[in-house]
Amino acid sequence: MILVIAEQREGSLNRASWEAVAAAQALAGGMPVKIAVLGASTAAAAQELATADVAEVLTVEHAALQQYTPDAYAAACRTLIDQVSPAYVVFAHTYQTRDFAPLLAARLGKPLITDITGIQGAGADAAFVRPMFQGKLAAQVKPQGGPPALVTMQIGAFRADAARKGGGAPVNNVDVSIDAAAIRQKPEAPFREAKQAVDLGQAERIVAIGRGIKSQENIPLAEKLAQAMNAEIAASRPICDNGWLPMERQVGSSGQTVAPKLYVALGISGAIQHLVGMKGARTIVAINKDAEAPIFEVADYGIVGDLFELVPALIAELEKT
Amino acid sequence: MKIAVCIKQVPTREWQPRLNDQKTWIREADVSYEMNEPDAYALEEALRLREKHGGEVVVCSAGPARVQTVIREALARGADRAIHVEHDSLGAADAFVIADALAAAMKDEKFDLVLTGLQSDDQGHGQTGVILAERLGIPSSTIIMDVQVDGSNLRVKRELEGGWFQWIAMPLPALLTIQSGINQLRYATLKGIMAAKKKEIRKAALPDGIVPAQQIVGLALPSKSKQTQMITGSPADASRELVRKLREDARAL
Repeated sequence: MILVIAEQREGSLNRASWEAVAAAQALAGGMPVKIAVLGASTAAAAQELATADVAEVLTVEHAALQQYTPDAYAAACRTLIDQVSPAYVVFAHTYQTRDFAPLLAARLGKPLITDITGIQGAGADAAFVRPMFQGKLAAQVKPQGGPPALVTMQIGAFRADAARKGGGAPVNNVDVSIDAAAIRQKPEAPFREAKQAVDLGQAERIVAIGRGIKSQENIPLAEKLAQAMNAEIAASRPICDNGWLPMERQVGSSGQTVAPKLYVALGISGAIQHLVGMKGARTIVAINKDAEAPIFEVADYGIVGDLFELVPALIAELEKT
Repeated sequence: MKIAVCIKQVPTREWQPRLNDQKTWIREADVSYEMNEPDAYALEEALRLREKHGGEVVVCSAGPARVQTVIREALARGADRAIHVEHDSLGAADAFVIADALAAAMKDEKFDLVLTGLQSDDQGHGQTGVILAERLGIPSSTIIMDVQVDGSNLRVKRELEGGWFQWIAMPLPALLTIQSGINQLRYATLKGIMAAKKKEIRKAALPDGIVPAQQIVGLALPSKSKQTQMITGSPADASRELVRKLREDARAL
């Protein structure tokens, strides 16, 4: 069987959990799929998950799971896995998964394959496709050393609405004991740094800049293009890390996820952390001097060239009419 | 405070991938290498913590002889000494193998704090740090944007998705995986480069019996998810064509 570990916070399910369910159904090849949800109170999330076409929804409730900690989650998942003996354990590749899945894998002594974008074959012989070298190459990998294999699915690689729905799966509780004294991390409440002045998620058009912009002095050039296109300005992570644009302008897994009508990527190579934040845009334009840059894989229109020549030419063209 | 920083040597960003004949790994002869960027931020954070709290910074790396270049670079930036687990097979090794190799060489040092980048720019498993923490028997926290040390207590700011953060407290010793952008990087001075030549690099052997957790059965250029129309010509011609397509075909302007 295949076990999906769903993710919920304060009763609301992370949407990426449905992507993990879709991936598990694709991977199953006839094996039954079960979904587990962990927390102090999981009834609402379990009800929602029970609409999936799966054999069973398992609730793992414990006071120590109220707030996420890697130690408590790894302990609970380990007990659960020992009880249900899955062939695969499927997660969405969220920041939470990244925090505790390697710990779980280390304790189980079992392989963990992360950031998967595709599944080849199904069942016990499946191979998994994942990016390597910043997305420049795609690797086909197989877990070694026998089941279970832990696998995490890249956000957006599988469609949540592709998860098959069923006639209402049974919901059952699994008892776990967690030693509260063994939980070493003490979390405080999550917070947002500052209220976001710009909601890039609502922008119709976005002009985004990456390392190719070279220096802070060149940012007004990109801003001028944004103005000519009636677009918001945004950036990949390194630009915000350097303080050239505020963090709230960052698109990608650690910033905002956007789906505008038009996304113009200037000098952005297209590291996977950026692509997950913008590949939902309807039309993507990539301008980059490197013809091999991964950004061209998601682009509708591409120009290989020097952005410092192309951007002024584009502004001139837009201002003509 | 005794701080370890685990760094990896990875291909440069400009490197164009070429595959070996079996198409299971890259052609290493063609590659130019650099320090994995998130690890550079981890090193910088370690140097800043040493400036504040005293102690020493020890660079740890597992890889073939070539990784000496980034070890020397880290020493030139200010690390005090280094541990190098040297073996040719470590260049293409998975996260479990690297973590086991590092753990064996680091165990007896009893570090107070271990820092590493949140993932590598080559294989990008994003697991090595957390597995290493478990092997060393210490707690971990990942994707860290701020580190506060007070005696034997640690308080760190962990990045969550979509602009959210969370403070987490834990006891030392501990391991943290550091997010890029946590600080501003320093570069080696000439004085640092000269001083690095005299600093100790302890060589450690790869222990027997470490087994990989996964196997790369194929490596290829990624398949395109979209049909990309490439626009060529002079900047003026290409711009005219792009604007026309965006207006008339895509209706995006």
